[in-house]
Amino acid sequence: MNLIVCLKQILDPDIPGRDFKVDPISKEAVRGAANLVTNIFCENALETALQFKEKNGTGKITAICYAPESGEDTLRKALAMRADEGVQVLNDGLAHPDPLMVARTLAAAIRKIGTFDVVMVGRESGDWGVGQTGGLLAEELGVPYVGFVDHIETSGSGVKLKRQTDAGFEIVEASTPLVISITNDEHNVPRVPKTRDVMMSFRQSLTKWTLSDLGVSASESYYEVAELGIPVKESSCELVTGETLEERVSQLAEKILAVKRAL
Amino acid sequence: MSVVICLFAKNGFDRAGQGVAGAGRRLADELGAKLQAIIIGAADAAMIDAVKTVADGVTIAAQSELSDYQSELYLSAAAQICQSLAPKAVLLSNDTYSQEIAARLAHRLGGSAAGDVTSIALHDGNVRARRSVYGGKAEAVIELKRSPAVLWIRARAFDPAPARESVADVNQAALTLGDARTRIVERKSEAITEARLEDAQIIISGGRGLGGPEPFEDLKALAALVGAQVAASRAACDSGWCPPTWQVGQTGKKVAPQLYLAIAIHGASQHLAGMSDSKIVAAINIDKDAPIFKHCKFGIVEDYRKVVPLLKEKLAAAQA
Ligand SMILES: Cc1cc2nc3c(=O)[nH]c(=O)nc-3n(C[C@H](O)[C@H](O)[C@H](O)COP(=O)(O)OP(=O)(O)OC[C@H]3O[C@@H](n4cnc5c(N)ncnc54)[C@H](O)[C@@H]3O)c2cc1C
Repeated sequence: MNLIVCLKQILDPDIPGRDFKVDPISKEAVRGAANLVTNIFCENALETALQFKEKNGTGKITAICYAPESGEDTLRKALAMRADEGVQVLNDGLAHPDPLMVARTLAAAIRKIGTFDVVMVGRESGDWGVGQTGGLLAEELGVPYVGFVDHIETSGSGVKLKRQTDAGFEIVEASTPLVISITNDEHNVPRVPKTRDVMMSFRQSLTKWTLSDLGVSASESYYEVAELGIPVKESSCELVTGETLEERVSQLAEKILAVKRAL
Repeated sequence: MSVVICLFAKNGFDRAGQGVAGAGRRLADELGAKLQAIIIGAADAAMIDAVKTVADGVTIAAQSELSDYQSELYLSAAAQICQSLAPKAVLLSNDTYSQEIAARLAHRLGGSAAGDVTSIALHDGNVRARRSVYGGKAEAVIELKRSPAVLWIRARAFDPAPARESVADVNQAALTLGDARTRIVERKSEAITEARLEDAQIIISGGRGLGGPEPFEDLKALAALVGAQVAASRAACDSGWCPPTWQVGQTGKKVAPQLYLAIAIHGASQHLAGMSDSKIVAAINIDKDAPIFKHCKFGIVEDYRKVVPLLKEKLAAAQA
């Protein structure tokens, strides 16, 4: 099976709130000293793909990253995790990639790569958290879409997917080709690449395409960011007091019971 | 012109559906538009009667292929009905099914979508949606440039629609749905919590600091004493200590109980994004600088292993 995993590079989402600032003019986060990292759900997707390939013993995993030059780091890491090939689509420095534009670009790159069975994306990104790439990409490619998948295996001529729902999970059988979005689960925590594989990844060549190579041009806008701000929502915490732990926990219990009585 | 709300028969007209209807009604009034409800699946009489009193029109797609959710078929049904209603906006809840189809629905209707919306406004005739971004560290207002605006919203955070005196007409839609291409062959619920986390009044939530699955048993015992539900952080779910359905946060459940007690949870912005609407947040954490305390009404700085057994005693004593 040919698997294509779409990886987004984002501002490190783990930077503490006190270091996080936004630029009200460009309406984006200020990068400051923060690193760029691969979106966690995209890494969950790559991990899911790698396990699928290992289990089946065959298959090819192509990683695509639509980003500025810095996207190369995300692809090198994907290769170090043992993706087979990396394709970088340079985004011409467009600051706010529009969700529909991203889907059209990825669709064009996927068509240029050629045949595919399963395209995997992260369920959403740790920066804008839009959560639409999978659905829009499926529509652009004219194939079905299954969201919130955490496991994939082959089944007949298609695939069998396990996906999370609000109440539990579902098993979905689907024909290929299709697009799926991946969510986190205890089994797809991304592996740490081996040192040897990290070194090897730098010897591998990446395919690089520009938007004009793909025949994609900026189209009408899907949406625009009208405002971006940081909400202030802090409250002052009253720590329970008391000489002994026993007294403090009594107070804690009393406060909890007060809420319960007021229900 | 209309505002469409898209409901699933399986959910009945629950609090989430009512929130969607309330948001839809207010937007429709502001636009001077009609509120049209779509119900997919065979709705029971109670649901139809309730929806009839809040919407101006109701369209039901109840053919047998739609009795259970199947994404391709539900999407096709919603798109076909919307096409005949000329919506300015289409509103859905933030359940996984709605999230799965919303962006595709927007694409099929030539519109644009935005998700996890907390408020909706009009600006120069365009729909604007507020949502939290950067893992809850910032908030953005998104202006949707194409029509219709397809929004999945934090439905329970919106007030229900008032009932009206007139009652809407109900139409049955007859649709040609095509091939499913994907098929849900098995559904499993984690029947661990009897009520939905989203509707819980008290939640006791555990994080990575618990160190393993066993302490969740103690949390369950605590919860039983005060009629609470147990939840968790992503780190605890990813460790396999509890099912993914327990996860609260940006990419988990969005909860708003009267009390949220966070035990050994750090308070990352992505976790806060799912529980900051709680009336009272309280924490047990060994680290006085843990960011969770910045969002708490009360708390204790202590090892949970010392606090939880004592707390259990006190709560049990109060119950007796
Ligand atoms: C895109 C994205 C989406 C995410 N979505 C979510 C989400 O939906 N939900 C979510 O929860 N997270 C989410 N996260 C992860 C989030 O950033 C944090 O990593 C996670 O919430 C941390 O979980 P934690 O607080 O349990 O663990 P930790 O950060 O490890 O914190 C453990 C806490 O336990 C305390 N502790 C340790 N030992 C004890 C003890 N003996 N007694 C008392 N306290 C103790 C520590 O002081 C610490 O504060 C997301 C991240 C990203 C990037």
